[in-house]
Amino acid sequence: MAKDAPPRWDRRMQQRLARGEAAALGELYDRFAALVHSQAHRMLDDEDAADQVTREVFGYIWENPGAYDPKHGSMRSWVARLTHRRSVRRLRGAHGEDEGPRTDARARELEHRVLKATTAARADYIVASMPAPLRAALELAYVQRRDYRQTAADLGVTADEARRRLRLGLQLLSTANTRPSADSAPPGYGPTP
Amino acid sequence: MLKSLLGAWALAACSAEETAAVEEHLTSCAPCADEGLRLRDAVGLLHTDGTLDLDPMLRSRVLENCLGRRPARIPLPSWAAPYDAETARLDALLRDIGDAEWHAPVRLKWFEADRQVNRRTTVAGVIGHLMAVDGLVSAALGLDDPLGKADGGSPPPTPTGRTEAYWAAAHHPPTRAVREPWRDQSHALVRTVSFAGRGVAELSVPYGGFALPLQDSLLERAFECWIHGGDIADAVDYPYEPPAAAHLNRMIDLAARLLPGVLAERRRAGLASPARHLVTAGSPGRSLHLEVEGRGGGDWYIALDSPAALGSPAHAVAQVALDGVEFCRLVAGHVPPVEAAAGQEGDREAISDVLFAAASLSRL
Repeated sequence: MAKDAPPRWDRRMQQRLARGEAAALGELYDRFAALVHSQAHRMLDDEDAADQVTREVFGYIWENPGAYDPKHGSMRSWVARLTHRRSVRRLRGAHGEDEGPRTDARARELEHRVLKATTAARADYIVASMPAPLRAALELAYVQRRDYRQTAADLGVTADEARRRLRLGLQLLSTANTRPSADSAPPGYGPTP
Repeated sequence: MLKSLLGAWALAACSAEETAAVEEHLTSCAPCADEGLRLRDAVGLLHTDGTLDLDPMLRSRVLENCLGRRPARIPLPSWAAPYDAETARLDALLRDIGDAEWHAPVRLKWFEADRQVNRRTTVAGVIGHLMAVDGLVSAALGLDDPLGKADGGSPPPTPTGRTEAYWAAAHHPPTRAVREPWRDQSHALVRTVSFAGRGVAELSVPYGGFALPLQDSLLERAFECWIHGGDIADAVDYPYEPPAAAHLNRMIDLAARLLPGVLAERRRAGLASPARHLVTAGSPGRSLHLEVEGRGGGDWYIALDSPAALGSPAHAVAQVALDGVEFCRLVAGHVPPVEAAAGQEGDREAISDVLFAAASLSRL
């Protein structure tokens, strides 16, 4: 997946969206749709709901390109935050519709679900955004079940370097488990506006 | 030393001796025990199910919803929509394939001198081909030509010549690095035609031996993008759907409009039967009824004797019925003419002429 876009691209995209360029909207979709959809899907575990969130997020950006402030981080992290917010709202909404009285226990269970989904989505985001060499090492060790010496050989680096990458990758990933304070954006998405 | 092993240990990616040594160490070192626990938890956040493939049709639904909420001040010309959609669809496929798949062999097929010929390349080679030919449109619009920087001289004018020049100029086999310049160019084309205003639709795009107005040229590029997207999808074993019905309809219409001219050319070369009944320009002439069924379908009447004549239901001497996607595969040179039409009625010679002319629209 693409790494964070240079800020110049972000600012330029914002201007083009503000100008009402349909071609810019298409480019925005091409760059971020996979991120938005996979994040929403990780949060909601439902294809239709993820489609719906994707529609809402792009609709919001297209109508409010001025809401993005490049001083507060990349457009990519902003898009991820918007997706997170919409997904949480949906998760809460879907539960609110369930029959039965609203009890403290149910509320706690819902918050637990939101937190779990948030952590999972943030972990995906961190993996997708981390430097490619770290991601490649984690994939070899975790998905392909290669040990670190084989990982080193596959990547053409020393065993020391493979160990370093695996540890660093996991250290980055472990920040997904940091409990976010109420209503702030999760730390994995970068600074909060 | 043991600390540096913590990541590998958490992933169960070290030797049995190393694992034992790390675990022994963790019982006596609190900071390492703490980190070990954290990294083990982090491993729990990894998963093997790759990212879900995005439904390619979602794009048009999402963009439509956006434009319904706030109309574009600089809209996309409707004739550029198929190119925009097809390049996006191919790009989404390319995003999902691995490094090795970029080198998967692809056999490009087309018709030459009424025989099916083919050429071996790779997935990356196909994208280079699309980029090299899209460059014709870029050049016509005054944008940077991807072949323009080739050492000395101007790039060849024909699609085949450009492709060969691009492949020959590459010192190494092309890799996935070709995706970005290809995509940047297609984005630039869509953007440029959006800004250019209405008159640009008729701008002539030279293809060497012939020329197309820009709106047809982009449609032709959309068609190629879909067909080669399908070639790539076959090579890497992915599903790949035909274009949206409205876009497919435009592509079929372009081929139908080109056929009378191609027939005349083939007649001059002795490859089609002689004209039977010439009429004054603009009058209805002897026609073949092309009935296209299924997605993107419709009825077209191909003037047989002269491109100057009008196709006309009243003068139909033959009818061919076939599926829209099948017709496109014929035009792409992927199906031999003799196998193409499901239903045939009337003048056999006319039918054969048109089917072979359709196949001859294909090229590298």
